[in-house]
Amino acid sequence: MIRDHFRVLVVNLSTGKGKIAELDGRNSEVGGSGLAALLFNKYGQRDLPWNDPQQPVIFAIGPLTGYYPLMSKTVCSFKSPYHDQYTESHGGGRSALALFFANLDALVIVGRSQRLCALTVSSRSLAIKDVDFMKGMDVDESGKLLRKMSPGSGHRTILRIGPAGESGAAMSCINVDTYRHFGRLGGGGALGAKNLKGIVIHGDAIFSQPDNKEYSKIFAEVYQQITATDMMKKYHNLGTPANLQGLNNIQSLPWRNLQTTSDPAIDKINGERFATDTLLRNSACSGCPVGCIHVGCVREMFDANHRYTFKQVAYDYEPIFSLGTMLGITEPRSVLNILDVMEKTGLDAMSGGVALAWATEATENKLISEKETGVALSFGDAAAYQQATELLATGANDFYRLLGQGSLKAAAEYGGSDFACVLGQEMAGYATGEVFFAAQSLGFRHSHLDSGGYSFDQKHSDQDVSGAIDFLIKDEAGRAFMTSMVSCLFARGVYKNDILAECLQAVGYSDLAATIDTAGAHIQKLRWQTRIATGFAPEYITIPKRFFKITTWKGAIDPVYLNTLKDQYGQAILRLAGE
Amino acid sequence: MKKLTTPKIDRCIGCHSCSLACARLVHKQISWDTAGIRIKSSGGLTTGFTADHCLACDPAPCAAICPTGAFSQRKGGGVIVKKKLCINCGDCITACPIDAIFQDPAGAVFVCIHCGRCVDFCPHNCLQMEEIHGTTEEEASA
Repeated sequence: MIRDHFRVLVVNLSTGKGKIAELDGRNSEVGGSGLAALLFNKYGQRDLPWNDPQQPVIFAIGPLTGYYPLMSKTVCSFKSPYHDQYTESHGGGRSALALFFANLDALVIVGRSQRLCALTVSSRSLAIKDVDFMKGMDVDESGKLLRKMSPGSGHRTILRIGPAGESGAAMSCINVDTYRHFGRLGGGGALGAKNLKGIVIHGDAIFSQPDNKEYSKIFAEVYQQITATDMMKKYHNLGTPANLQGLNNIQSLPWRNLQTTSDPAIDKINGERFATDTLLRNSACSGCPVGCIHVGCVREMFDANHRYTFKQVAYDYEPIFSLGTMLGITEPRSVLNILDVMEKTGLDAMSGGVALAWATEATENKLISEKETGVALSFGDAAAYQQATELLATGANDFYRLLGQGSLKAAAEYGGSDFACVLGQEMAGYATGEVFFAAQSLGFRHSHLDSGGYSFDQKHSDQDVSGAIDFLIKDEAGRAFMTSMVSCLFARGVYKNDILAECLQAVGYSDLAATIDTAGAHIQKLRWQTRIATGFAPEYITIPKRFFKITTWKGAIDPVYLNTLKDQYGQAILRLAGE
Repeated sequence: MKKLTTPKIDRCIGCHSCSLACARLVHKQISWDTAGIRIKSSGGLTTGFTADHCLACDPAPCAAICPTGAFSQRKGGGVIVKKKLCINCGDCITACPIDAIFQDPAGAVFVCIHCGRCVDFCPHNCLQMEEIHGTTEEEASA
C-alpha cells in the first residue's frame, strides 16, 4: 500500500488555494463510494442547497486503483441539482489512474470562482487558470483547448462541462476524456455552479511495487482471467449494445416513450447493426485491457460538391435506448448524430433522450406545441431531436429550462406526468418488470447499476417480495464495496470476494481483506444515511402510471406487486440506515 | 537479437497495460512514466494513440553522449543500460531525437531495453519483437 490513511487535496475556488488533508478510515470507509460519503459528511452542507458555494464536488478512488486491471473508475459525489440530495456518479477514462498518479485518494473542490476557471492538479502542482473565454464553449472545443494549455499528454485526465453544465441543467454531465462521463444527476451543473469549466489531473507520481511474490501472482491470475477467457467477451465484442436485441426479444426494451416494449424494427438498430454500419474502433479506460469503448463514425456531406466532415461518437447500450428506440429512431447514424449533440452540449444522453421522449408524447397529446418546443417533435424525426437537444442544453426558453430540471418538473407545469418515464430520475433502458422499476425508483443513484434488479426480473417469473428485497439489499452492499475499490462493475464476475481479499492482502490491506462483507454493509449504510440527511424519503417518490401499463415477457405489470415491492424496499432502506 | 516494434499501433486502445507492465516487471514500480514504452494520444483521443519507445538507433546518440558509460551501444541498435554508472545528468534525454527516454524527478532515466516483456500484455497485439538483421542471439547476450 502507499499509505494506510487517505490523502486528500481540498481546493477552495473562492480563495484560489488548496490544502492537503490526511484522514483515517481506510479499514472502514475504504475509498471510492465510502470515502466520498466520508468527505461529504466532513465538507458538505446538508441543509444548504446544491449550488451553495460551500458545497463540495468530490472525486475519489480506491485502495486497488493503479494496482490491478479494471480498477479504473472514479466516484464523483455532490449534492445533486436534480433532487438537491447527496448522490454519486461514476466515470472512467483516465480519471482514476490520473488521480492515483497525482498521489491523491480524493480531490475535493469547494467554493466558487468569480470567473470561469479551470483547475490543474498534479502530484507536484496546483493551478487555477482563468478561462472566461470558454464561456458557452462546447465540450469538444473546450477539451481541445484544455489539452493545449496543460502538461502531461497521455498521462492526464481532462474533465470538462458544456453549455448544459454552465446553465445549471440537472441533466448536465461532466465529460471525461471525450468518451466517458460522470453522466447522471447533474454533475455538470455542480461544477457550473462553481464557475469551474474544466479539471486537468496530471498523474506524474511514481510508486514502488509491493515487495512480495503474492502481488505478481494474483496480478497475473486476474489479468489472465480478464484477457484470456471469455468472461469479458460481451463487453469488447458488440459491447453493451448486444443487449438491445435480447431485451427486445423478451419485451423489455422501451420504445417510443415506453409505449411498447418490443418492435420488429430492432433489426435496424441492434448491436450487430451498430458494429457493422458504424463501428470505427475501440478504446479503453486507463488500466483496462478490455477496451469496451465503442467509437462509431458518422460521415456528413455538408456541401453538395462532395465536401465531407466526420464525427467520432462513442456509443453504448444506454444512449442507443434513450436516443434510439425511446425516440422511435431506427437508423444508427441518426442516433449517433443526436448523441453527438448531447456530447458536445454536455447533456447526459440517457436523461436527455428520455426527457425528449416525454416531450414528444406531450406534443402528440397537445399538452405542448411548437411554441414551447421550438421545433416540431415527432417520434422518428432525428433532425428535430438534434435541434431540440441544443435548446434543452442551453435552456432556451421557460419550457426547456424546466425540462432540463427533469421530466416530472415539466409535467407538473404542462401535464403528462402519467407518461413521464421517471424512476427517481429519467429511466434506464430496462423495462424488465416490477423489481427493476422499484429498484431504480429507490436506488441510491437511481441507476440500473445500484443493484441487479433488472437481472432478478429476467430470472424470476414468480412473485417473491421478500426474496427480491433481500436480493436488492445484499446486492447493493456488494456493489458498494466494489465501487469503493473502485472497480468497473463489468469486472464483478472476476473480482469475487475471495479474489478481492487476495488482491487487498497482496498490496498490504490485510485488515480490510478480512472484513469485505462488513465494510460493504457499512458503506451502504453510510451512503444512505447521508442521502437521507439531505432529504431522501421513499414516500416522496412515485412511479408514473406508464410503468403500470406495460407488458413484459412475464405478462402485464401487476400493480399490487409493484407497489408492494416499492413500499417494502423503501422500508428496508430506512431500516438499514437505522431510521 | 531482437528489438521492440509497434507495427500495429493503429490498433492501440490506450489501456496503458504495456507501460504498466514494463514499470512493474522491469523496474519494480507502479507507474506509467518509468517505463520503456509510454502511450499517449497522437493529438487528442479522437486521433488514436502513439507509443514513445526506443527505436533502436545504431549508432545510438544517447549512448554516444553518455559521459559515464551508463548507456552503451547495443549491437544491432539500442542501448545496454548499467544503472549503477548513471549520474542522472540527463544528457541522454536531450540527445534522443524522439523523446524515448524518461527522467524521473530524482533524475533516474528509463529507456526500453528491448526485453519484450510488455508484448504479451497488449490486448490487440500492437507490439512485436522483431529480429534485427545481421545479429545473432549470442551477440544479444554478450
